[in-house]
Amino acid sequence: MAAAGSEKKGRLARVGAWFDERLHFTESILPPIVHPVPSSAASWAYVFGSATMLCLMMQIVTGICLALVYAPAADEAWKSLIYLNYVQPLGWFLRALHVWGSHFMIALMSVHLVQVFLFGAYKYPRELTWVVGCLLFILTLAMGFSGQVMRFDQDAYWGLGIVISIVGRMPMIGGELIHLILGGPIIGAETLSRWFALHVFVLPGLLLALVGLHVWLVIKVGINEWPMPGRLVTHERYAAEYRQLVEEDGEPFVPQGVQKDVVFAGIVLLALFFCAAVFGPAGPNGEPNPTLIETLPRPDFWFLPLFAVFALLPPYMETALMLLGPPILIVLAVALPFYSNTGEKSFRRRPGAWILVIMVFLMLGVLAWLGNTSPWSPHMSAWSGVPTPVEYVRGRSPLELQGALVVQNKQCRNCHALGGTGGQRGPALDNVATRLTRDQLIRQVLQGGGNMPAYGKNLRPEEVTALVAFLQTLVPEGEPVARNSAEPH
Amino acid sequence: MADEPQVPQMPPPSPPSVSRRFFLLKFGVFLNVIAAGLIGIPIVGYIAGALKRKSYNAWIPLGKVTNFPAGETRLASYTNPFRVPWDGMTAEIPCWVRHVEGEKFQVFAINCAHLGCPVRWFSESKLFMCPCHGGVYYEDGSRASGPPPRGLFEYEYELRGEDLWVRGGQIPSLSAGV
Repeated sequence: MAAAGSEKKGRLARVGAWFDERLHFTESILPPIVHPVPSSAASWAYVFGSATMLCLMMQIVTGICLALVYAPAADEAWKSLIYLNYVQPLGWFLRALHVWGSHFMIALMSVHLVQVFLFGAYKYPRELTWVVGCLLFILTLAMGFSGQVMRFDQDAYWGLGIVISIVGRMPMIGGELIHLILGGPIIGAETLSRWFALHVFVLPGLLLALVGLHVWLVIKVGINEWPMPGRLVTHERYAAEYRQLVEEDGEPFVPQGVQKDVVFAGIVLLALFFCAAVFGPAGPNGEPNPTLIETLPRPDFWFLPLFAVFALLPPYMETALMLLGPPILIVLAVALPFYSNTGEKSFRRRPGAWILVIMVFLMLGVLAWLGNTSPWSPHMSAWSGVPTPVEYVRGRSPLELQGALVVQNKQCRNCHALGGTGGQRGPALDNVATRLTRDQLIRQVLQGGGNMPAYGKNLRPEEVTALVAFLQTLVPEGEPVARNSAEPH
Repeated sequence: MADEPQVPQMPPPSPPSVSRRFFLLKFGVFLNVIAAGLIGIPIVGYIAGALKRKSYNAWIPLGKVTNFPAGETRLASYTNPFRVPWDGMTAEIPCWVRHVEGEKFQVFAINCAHLGCPVRWFSESKLFMCPCHGGVYYEDGSRASGPPPRGLFEYEYELRGEDLWVRGGQIPSLSAGV
């Protein structure tokens, strides 16, 4: 038996050797696979890059599967998505895998970016790895947005509208650029085809090429060692120190170095399966018919912070920030290893790095939350769709009740809340009489101001009288009414 | 001695053969540059085909004037004249028609001047409101509040017999109107 086993093994080895003689794997592919890495790099903190790449591979597989059925034509795309969701066996699951894969990819890439930043891995001699990584980050977000366009629904349509409105702010070339982006004068057939080509050919091709370069750099320069506080990076000594570290305390990437990556890859895939199976695909929402204007366009999660910024920027600086902000941020990020090239790498000695990471995430988190709740958007149906709180009409005079009707009919509650319901664009009216006197109320209603339109032309004098009479009753119990300090008590 | 492999005696490379090889390389590069131009320029032209027209403008019928009662603002839509058959419903472009009085009209693009979302008309407060970032416009299209840098984009219009016509064809932006 043993002899037969070894004979079999011998045969296998011969077959392997036959192939190797022709493919030259042991001298080309094998060395990078088993190349020694610092044992400190075999850490759970180092699993996010490989997990991001795993997501990319998943996206390619599920993307090809979707392309088998998806019709990239403006008049059919939405229908083919509905078909995928409800008719094509497991079409919903593939769509879910693809959209959750994109969420996972952006999330894991962000964690990878933060880890690399905190561990000082971008410093000498890994500047180029960082630069390529930044490009990969931008390309991945571009994949996310173009993927949202592939989901050719109302959000996709008006999302493109937002992009071209930003592009249209560019001086001189704006108009031409819009036609180039749309492939014509309107968001239509050539727009979808153009973005389809971007999403499935151009961007993935660039992504794969740059991922190859990124991994090549990681192998050739060597993966960043776990940064020890006080072990400073210098141009003179780093290469020798790293070589010594790998010689004394290195282990082959496969199998030792890769163990945790493999475990984490399994966890990511299981989580992806779970999310796709439980939460399902995203959309499509309403069909991309521009004449259906009862729509509330919102971007996918990752672009909510940007969506919020557009609402909150003061108009006078908006165009400048929209056009100059992104390039400046990109240049600052890409150039990071050139103005922070050497010195301390450890996150224990770089409090500034922590502060930056925490601030950026707080900012993005708050903006995403704001983008999701959109307090600046008028509550479009608050005037006819929500009741006037009973306590605000009880015991009111006929004139005041007329005023309550004016509030409702003139759509004041699209922007102003009463009893907690209504828009949040303007201040809630529950205690408006503690803030404004009768004269101030009249002035504010007629002339507007502070972001409120003027209603002087749209209200008859008697409507204004009734409205202000009602507003003057809106004083919470025990609170003083606003009064004109120039008048005696 | 006979077993030894015969090493072919290579003559030392002579200058003429080297220069001919470089000549071929140079000639090859030259050929490729010519070919790249001949093929590349049409490719760029193809991609930039949408730029051939400076502007997309045509007179478009919006329907009978009687559809738009005086003093009211109503939603209308037209089929974009610069369409391809597989545009589907994306070629149907909505717009707001305000019949001021008599022969005086205002036709507004649906797109908010801020970031292009579709504005809605509220007849009671006589305001256009945008669902995206809270832009608000008065009934004459001028900016009332919110982030828009200007009023609503307005179509040129003409009354031809009983019909209302507008001049348009492209999605409006701050660089170019409708």
